[in-house]
Amino acid sequence: MAKDEIQRTYRLIGTRPDRPDGLDKVTGRARYGADVSAPGMLHGAVLRSPHAHARILRIDASKALALPGVKAVVTRADFPTGLTGEDWNLQENTIAGEVALYDGHAVAAVAATSRLIAQDALRLIAVDYEILPHVTDVDAAMRPDAPAIRPGAADHSVPEGLHPNVVKYIDFGHGDLEAGFAAADLVREQSYTTEATHQGYIEPHACLGQLGADGKGEMWVCTQGHWYIRRMAAAVLGIEAAQLRVTPSEIGGGFGGKTTIFIEPLALALSRKAGGRPVKMVMSRAEVFRATGPTASAAMKVRIGMKKDGTLTAGQAEFRMQGGAFPGAPVSSALYCAFASYAIPAVAHVGYDVLTNRPKCAAYRAPGSPMAAFAVESLIDEMCRELGLDPLEVRLKNAVREGTKSSYGPTYGPIGLVQSLQAAQAHPNLSVPLGPNQGRGVAAGFWFNHGGETSVSLAIGEDGTVTVSVGTPDIGGSRASIALMTAETLGIAYENVRVNVVETGALGVNEPTHGSRATFASGKAAVIAARHAIAEMCRRAAAAWGIDPEAVDWQDGAAVPAGPNAGKFPPMPIAEIAARMGSTGGPISGHHEVTAGGVGASFGVHVVDVEVDPETGRTTVLRYLVVQDAGRAIHPAYVEGQYQGGAAQGIGWALNEEYIHDAEGRLLNPVFLDYRVPVASDLPMIDTVIVEVPNPGHPYGVRGVGETGITPPLPALANAIAAATGARLRSLPMSPPKVLAAIRAQRGG
Amino acid sequence: MTRIHVTATVNGDPVEFLADPRETLLDCLRDHLGLTGSKEGCGTGDCGACSVQMDGVLVCSCLVLGVEAEGRSIDTIEGMATGGDLHPLQRKFIEHAALQCGFCTPGILVAARALLDQNPDPTEQEVRYWLAGNLCRCTGYDKIIRAVMDAAAELRGAA
Ligand code: FES
Ligand code: FES
Repeated sequence: MAKDEIQRTYRLIGTRPDRPDGLDKVTGRARYGADVSAPGMLHGAVLRSPHAHARILRIDASKALALPGVKAVVTRADFPTGLTGEDWNLQENTIAGEVALYDGHAVAAVAATSRLIAQDALRLIAVDYEILPHVTDVDAAMRPDAPAIRPGAADHSVPEGLHPNVVKYIDFGHGDLEAGFAAADLVREQSYTTEATHQGYIEPHACLGQLGADGKGEMWVCTQGHWYIRRMAAAVLGIEAAQLRVTPSEIGGGFGGKTTIFIEPLALALSRKAGGRPVKMVMSRAEVFRATGPTASAAMKVRIGMKKDGTLTAGQAEFRMQGGAFPGAPVSSALYCAFASYAIPAVAHVGYDVLTNRPKCAAYRAPGSPMAAFAVESLIDEMCRELGLDPLEVRLKNAVREGTKSSYGPTYGPIGLVQSLQAAQAHPNLSVPLGPNQGRGVAAGFWFNHGGETSVSLAIGEDGTVTVSVGTPDIGGSRASIALMTAETLGIAYENVRVNVVETGALGVNEPTHGSRATFASGKAAVIAARHAIAEMCRRAAAAWGIDPEAVDWQDGAAVPAGPNAGKFPPMPIAEIAARMGSTGGPISGHHEVTAGGVGASFGVHVVDVEVDPETGRTTVLRYLVVQDAGRAIHPAYVEGQYQGGAAQGIGWALNEEYIHDAEGRLLNPVFLDYRVPVASDLPMIDTVIVEVPNPGHPYGVRGVGETGITPPLPALANAIAAATGARLRSLPMSPPKVLAAIRAQRGG
Repeated sequence: MTRIHVTATVNGDPVEFLADPRETLLDCLRDHLGLTGSKEGCGTGDCGACSVQMDGVLVCSCLVLGVEAEGRSIDTIEGMATGGDLHPLQRKFIEHAALQCGFCTPGILVAARALLDQNPDPTEQEVRYWLAGNLCRCTGYDKIIRAVMDAAAELRGAA
């Protein structure tokens, strides 16, 4: 680690100014997906399948269309045919074709002059179904007697003889596995399961779409990525992407779940059918749970070899995941993450992506990594206990560092796992004594992070203030971090930079705010755009001074002669250059577009103390510590916020959250009362330590920080519960009845 | 269905609107009065994003019918700042970075104000239990709790 870089101080980076959109958001003024209306607007509603798997024999909407106020009904017949690959999957998920594939699958949609009339109209649409056998469990879906959900959906990776529900097979590794296990003093193998959980953003999906007969349209939508919405909706509707102008609203949380389409093409199709009137669609919470998100569920088998001193010698993982009725469960990324934290001589991975009658899974914060961590970090903990070793020491001993070849192939650059483990060891939480029924659990976590397609523009205003246009919606303070980096680069005040999230017509293609990339990629592009603007401002100053542009430097927000030989001129501040730019060559701006490389992975270590009530099995989180490498924390408060939010979601996944289906495959808990996410009284303060091992791939050293934090809580909680009770839970969630049963089984056995 | 004429006071101003008897107070605030600061996260009383005060009592406006507002006084997030001055809770939320996406924020601010109105010196645990009906999926609550405690301290100091 370059110490001088770590210690380098900046004027603005690392400070905690008020976020630019704070005022709008504390006054209720900020406009989210459902907050906007348009003249002549209609309201849309969706009819959804009540069956987990059923052939659609007939849809009769005549009664609905006869209801006064109803302007349009659409079914799959209103969409183009002949789509292939993921476009077909998206269309099929938007609205069912011949078969409804899960409880909640859209079957028809209606637009009417009011929301209530639209709801009434849904009840007047008659659908005849032929109920088909269904399957919702991943292992059941692989058994020979399981109904084939979509024969022919498998890709070429799947070996002969597997059930047609297996649509992708993954197999990779390196090293001599047999020799690795032979070198171990202890070899253990265990199986684990995790249930599907939902991203649980508090804002339901909402959009306002308009599409004319000429194929030109507009959309206002809450999304993590409006270019993705544009491309996907255009493909599903058979229109040209450039004719669709998509403006992102403020977004009430996404966590990966708002990177794809659900109701958006329906709003546009309804609008087109209703003579181009705008159509607003807002999902109910039950629709969000039944038809969007969730993450995959997983069944996992892990085998690990360890020496007496804690050295890991071999690791083997088999993960089976279902991501609903479509290919796309995050099996590959789960396997890539499984052993990513450790230097192990031999690893082998096998994965199965399996179809079931559940909603199409969407990305959820570090997709796949939390499940993988639950299995691997639980087993490592169990083996440490068996050998009487300290779990943090064992992790340090095996931790990957700069130059280690990762379990999934690439060799790591500078990374901060060792530093994070050391910071965790040094934290005061580690020396708090524990009482009866209390236990401490630790776990590490990993996420790759992502760069992605990025386009940013920056314009100097007439008064020397600066507008930055980015294409990554601000979900957790990225306007603030991008403004800080831009102001730092330009040498001007933070307040003099305004960062706008702009619509699809204003920039080149931007990937969504996903992969923890907004501050990394849009920030990096904004810094480079600022440098372009600086170069132009230096040229203008050089022209005014009559010297060579090479002889001009940029310092503290002003052009200055580069040295004594350049001549003696007073600094020319940005405001002065800006005031005269019209007569010195025209507007000054900077632009940068790139598929951003130089991503730095982020490792984290969590330590949790719990108390388990032996009478009820309820787990109380007493203390929680997140240590994670941020590369460089641009706005530390929002970095801490990512750590704390990720931990809270992971705690919910570990202890409570799960999709529960009845025997007919219907989701039993599509409301927050029954799908219980952590509330304020469930949690303690969440302590954070920001480790900073700068990422050389970013001008200020940034790594993405959004995702890693959801990964360690699952195993950390399992490890803490095992420490508190002696009972090892290998199936999530670790809800009170399951913990109680495990405690009783342990006592009995 | 026949709409019903409703007269009420919202944030101190007289208002009237026509409510379908099936519409919630939240629907009426958002769709008839243009007050979209109160949010719908669930519509079932589970998330608190729609929190408002009705005659001083904290309610989920998604669980109140619009017609029930007749003759009542409603306070929403839009009325929390007085003129250009933010309520200390609003200021502290910005200062402590107590919001990420901000969707839960209006409801939490309204609920927290109702707490501080009746308990100016709450413990951390009291704040946590009072806000247990307000879901935030982004923050893990840590900074929210700190902001509320800090605002309470400031309000006590000012009193
Ligand atoms: S919208 Fe009223 S409690 Fe959730
Ligand atoms: S800040 Fe996003 S839900 Fe609370």
